[in-house]
Amino acid sequence: MAQANMTKVQEPFVRMVKRDTISMQKAWAIRLIAVLLSLIVCAIAIVPITHQNPVEIYAGIVSGAVGNSRRIWVSIRELLMLLTIAVGLTPAFKMKFWNVGAEGQILMGGLASAALMIYAGNAMPNWLLLIVIFIASAAAGLIWGIIPAIFKAYFKTNETLFTLMMNYVAMQIITFCIVFWENPKGSNTVGIINSKTQAGWFPSIFGNAYVLNLIVVLLITVVMSIYMKYSKQGYEIAVVGESESTARYAGINVKKVIIRTMALSGAICGVAGSIIVSGASHTISTSTAGGRGFTAIIVAWMSKFNPLAMILVSAFLVFMQEGSIEIATQFGLNKNASDIITGIILFFLIGCEFFINYELKFRKKHEEEVQA
Amino acid sequence: MEQLENAIELKNVTKRFGKVIANDSVYLTVKKGEILSILGENGSGKTTLMNMLSGIYFPDEGHILVEGKEVTIQSPKDAFDLGIGMIHQHFKLVDVLTAAENIILGLPGKGALNMAQVEKDIKELTEKYGFDLNPAQKIYDMSVSQKQTVEIVKVLYRGANLLILDEPTAVLTPQEADKLFAVLRNMKNAGKSIIIITHKLQEVLALSDRVTVLRKGKYIGTVETSEATVESLTEMMVGGKVSLDIHRADPVDPECRLKIEDATCVNHEGLKILNHVSFEANSGEILGIAGIAGSGQKELLEAIAGLQHIRSGKISYYPQDGSTHTLSDMKASQIRNLGVHMSFVPEDRLGMGLVGKMDLTDNMMLRSYQEGSNPFLDRETPKNLAKEIVEKLDVVTPSISTPVGRLSGGNVQKVLVGREIASDPEVLMVAYPVRGLDINSSYTIYNLLNEQKEKGVALICVIEDLDVILELCDRILVMNNGHITGIRDARKTTKEEIGMLMTKNTEEEK
Amino acid sequence: MSVILVFLQKAIAQGVCMLFGASGEIMTEKSGNLNLGIPGIMYMGGIAGLMGAFFYEGAVENPSPVIGLIVSAICAILCAGLGGLIYSVLTVTLRANQNVVGLALTTFGVGFGNFFGGSVSKLAGGVGQISVATTASAYQAKVPLISEIPFIGPVLFSNGVLTYVAVALAISLAYFLKKTRTGLNLRAVGESPATADAAGINVNRYKYVATVLGAAIAGLGGLNFVMEYLGGTWTNDCIGDRGWLAIAIVIFAVWNPINVIWGSFLFGALSILYLYVPGLNRGSQELFKMLPYLVTILVLIFTSFRNKRETQPPASLGVAYFREER
Repeated sequence: MAQANMTKVQEPFVRMVKRDTISMQKAWAIRLIAVLLSLIVCAIAIVPITHQNPVEIYAGIVSGAVGNSRRIWVSIRELLMLLTIAVGLTPAFKMKFWNVGAEGQILMGGLASAALMIYAGNAMPNWLLLIVIFIASAAAGLIWGIIPAIFKAYFKTNETLFTLMMNYVAMQIITFCIVFWENPKGSNTVGIINSKTQAGWFPSIFGNAYVLNLIVVLLITVVMSIYMKYSKQGYEIAVVGESESTARYAGINVKKVIIRTMALSGAICGVAGSIIVSGASHTISTSTAGGRGFTAIIVAWMSKFNPLAMILVSAFLVFMQEGSIEIATQFGLNKNASDIITGIILFFLIGCEFFINYELKFRKKHEEEVQA
Repeated sequence: MEQLENAIELKNVTKRFGKVIANDSVYLTVKKGEILSILGENGSGKTTLMNMLSGIYFPDEGHILVEGKEVTIQSPKDAFDLGIGMIHQHFKLVDVLTAAENIILGLPGKGALNMAQVEKDIKELTEKYGFDLNPAQKIYDMSVSQKQTVEIVKVLYRGANLLILDEPTAVLTPQEADKLFAVLRNMKNAGKSIIIITHKLQEVLALSDRVTVLRKGKYIGTVETSEATVESLTEMMVGGKVSLDIHRADPVDPECRLKIEDATCVNHEGLKILNHVSFEANSGEILGIAGIAGSGQKELLEAIAGLQHIRSGKISYYPQDGSTHTLSDMKASQIRNLGVHMSFVPEDRLGMGLVGKMDLTDNMMLRSYQEGSNPFLDRETPKNLAKEIVEKLDVVTPSISTPVGRLSGGNVQKVLVGREIASDPEVLMVAYPVRGLDINSSYTIYNLLNEQKEKGVALICVIEDLDVILELCDRILVMNNGHITGIRDARKTTKEEIGMLMTKNTEEEK
Repeated sequence: MSVILVFLQKAIAQGVCMLFGASGEIMTEKSGNLNLGIPGIMYMGGIAGLMGAFFYEGAVENPSPVIGLIVSAICAILCAGLGGLIYSVLTVTLRANQNVVGLALTTFGVGFGNFFGGSVSKLAGGVGQISVATTASAYQAKVPLISEIPFIGPVLFSNGVLTYVAVALAISLAYFLKKTRTGLNLRAVGESPATADAAGINVNRYKYVATVLGAAIAGLGGLNFVMEYLGGTWTNDCIGDRGWLAIAIVIFAVWNPINVIWGSFLFGALSILYLYVPGLNRGSQELFKMLPYLVTILVLIFTSFRNKRETQPPASLGVAYFREER
């Protein structure tokens, strides 16, 4: 009789069990599978539009991203910018402060650089001007970051939406300034600033325009990694992020940590703005940040704040972005194709984290190891 | 034939969480119209077992039979459909909704809501069993016992025949508990089956028909209550004879270390959470603080530690060296540096004293990392401290670089209390030090506290269990509603007296 | 007089798009999902509707405006709903962080809109801009007769059909949340999923349905914008920040759909106020355009000051729910 009953019992088809630990190899294997799947899905999306062999398309992407030395340097430049912003966001996110305002902080930093390039371009030697630009853009980003932090610290004002709105305020300030700076008149753009004197531009080092970018960004990354891991302030950030009540019990001044950390985060994003304006575009517009502030959030979060992983994730995203801009021009599509591809890849990468944290148990009477 | 009398039957039920076996082939039967107690220490797997009946967890092995038929309970909805309703220890109610809205939550019935009709139905039900409930009241305006009433009515409204109550009296005053028992007996007489999860022997004997005992996830046995005694049940529960005596030395040369004079604290809603509180704490003695949860115990300790601002009054500290400090004017970190330490074990064990995702070393420096002017962290000293604590207190951990969140409750608490003791405090405050611990781990903690007492430390302990507080402490301070309702000599007072003080009406005084 | 009239008319026209977005987001947030992908979803809805109409108009000899309207509305709802589905799969089933998924979805959605908006005409073998004048005319049609009533007519009855759909949706959403069982269950899911689960409510299903429906509603906002406001064409980044403002309006309205109605029109008014304030030059106009954002920030600060229980966000907003979590 008991036997007859047995057959009626239904165990759920699939259950999720949280993994205790997972080996590094297995975790990376899962991520790799996700990347491959996303590439297949992208191909499925692209092929009907372009009517091309997907292999050719991906060859196009590779050539677009790293096809010649100019493209390689453009990709590196983009990678460096994304990395700086992700590094800048790290302290805030480690503290569980949702700084969605990197766009605005970058814009304000960029605005400070552009203003100095325009008004102080001839007032001092270039090395001094660059130092002033760094300081001013850091200060501008800092102010933009600190305002929502103060309200968060004292009144628990929702920082996600506050920082988001600050982006748009920053954009309006930029359009306001463009009215005065536009060149040529009536174009509604600022144009290349100091194209003759190159004042306030990052100088070429070893004959390459982006070596200084590389130095500055690597410096910021290394210093920030050490700060987060080995300094007392970095430790405080981690404690506040994990549990505010614990931090309070440990005698940490939570308000001070929130404000200080956002000042730092905003300042680095501000410097990122100066790298974009002084070190790459040499102009300013509302699209100076170009959505990097949002992409960097995803980079920082997916890398779990590990600087090496951040380089890897940024590199991959930039690679795909630059590559798809190239295939877009090749096939006469518009460049927003890269956003779609980036989006699809992100969905897969975000989704695959689940399979790293959880194990699926399928209904099975005899437990057997499916995979080693 | 006999099977039909069983409302519920569990056979060979096993549940694992990772490597931990929470229930190891457990058997259980509940007859119709009876009250069954499930007795066991904290962590013996009582709640896990009942969560499988109510569809929160799914068993790894075993069978569940309802009225003789084997069933699968995959979700709480399945449980409802089988007439099983569980009243959790932590109430599952939506604060911003009314009692009636909570009661009808998730019930079938299409379209528009007729709240007037619903409230009328609920009134009928509450009158039948003798509950006291206003269906239109919002949950956030309710007392704990009112919330419990909503939970029970919710289950009955859904037509449950089997009610499972998880530690129902833990949050109630003795008077409220009596009221609850009366209602439960009414329900039993109406033919309902009731399971009570508890670790309080007196309640088992007073209320239930039969008792099932669990120990460390294992099924020990089931006995008729009429044939059981406190001694026999204790033995089943803890396994073999364990001396329940807590060693208690007499205080040696007590000196006043802390003096609290007329302290008053106000919360952000303007209510007085500490109301003109005055007492002293002495070296070499353990001062116990008793009271119903939320009577101001936490705020009192926080006020002393400088984490809670006091509106009026004075807190003075007289350390061994003869100096005097006014703590009420100082910051938390200064107070700590003077040797007044606090360790608070919150409900989730981690939330306030430890960071779950950090390892032992990083948790060790939580209190001390600020020392020195070096902007970088010194990880050597805390590393050695972590090793020392692991060794001295037998903390079970794979290594000192394991996140504390992965340790078991007892080990977490050892780390928490151990860290505070390690820096030689003069005043040590501990709140809920044995919360959720099994007997052996509890004794490790009691011994730690007694060791400190013998070293001449002034201890203040907030402890929920009255039996423990009576055996461990030298003096007992009782709080209710932010007032101190009495301070008694633990060697002379009785549980009844403390119980009375815990519920003493504070408004009539003066 | 006539300036005020035009101003009110334009303010309402501006607000409708955000009204859809905010109503959809309220529906979503009541289930505990904070969907920051709404801006992207509005792009997805807008472009899908536009493409639906475009292919319909290209396929038939004499396209009927009404059929064009139906086809485009269905396309918009499906495509925006798909955005909501992606969000739900990632956050509910795969338990990814809601903010991260939302931002990725916005990146994707905006790119999706701009890509097809800029190239669909070309991909279909045509030249020039995408344009669906016939279908757009159906969306722009005024209410006959009563739109002729002086003052009231132009302000209240000269809008396209979606304006009334938006208001009706917001009102029914308010009724649904307050007065129906399903609405009550949904609110419980957003407040305390563990409680809802224990009460036998299928939490995941509620989250999925609310998020997908919410996204579909928001998608109609995008559709309204491209059809009624732009007259059936596309320009790059045309919907702009209206999606973010819609999320801001949800906070402004303290999660009450009725407040969303006037809140959206107020935000609509704020965003075009610079055109109607006399004596502004180009520079100060740009500063005036900051108003909606500044107002949102002020509202955020103001709501964080007060502590009324009924005006707080759903308690579990932004938090993933997993029953067997220990």
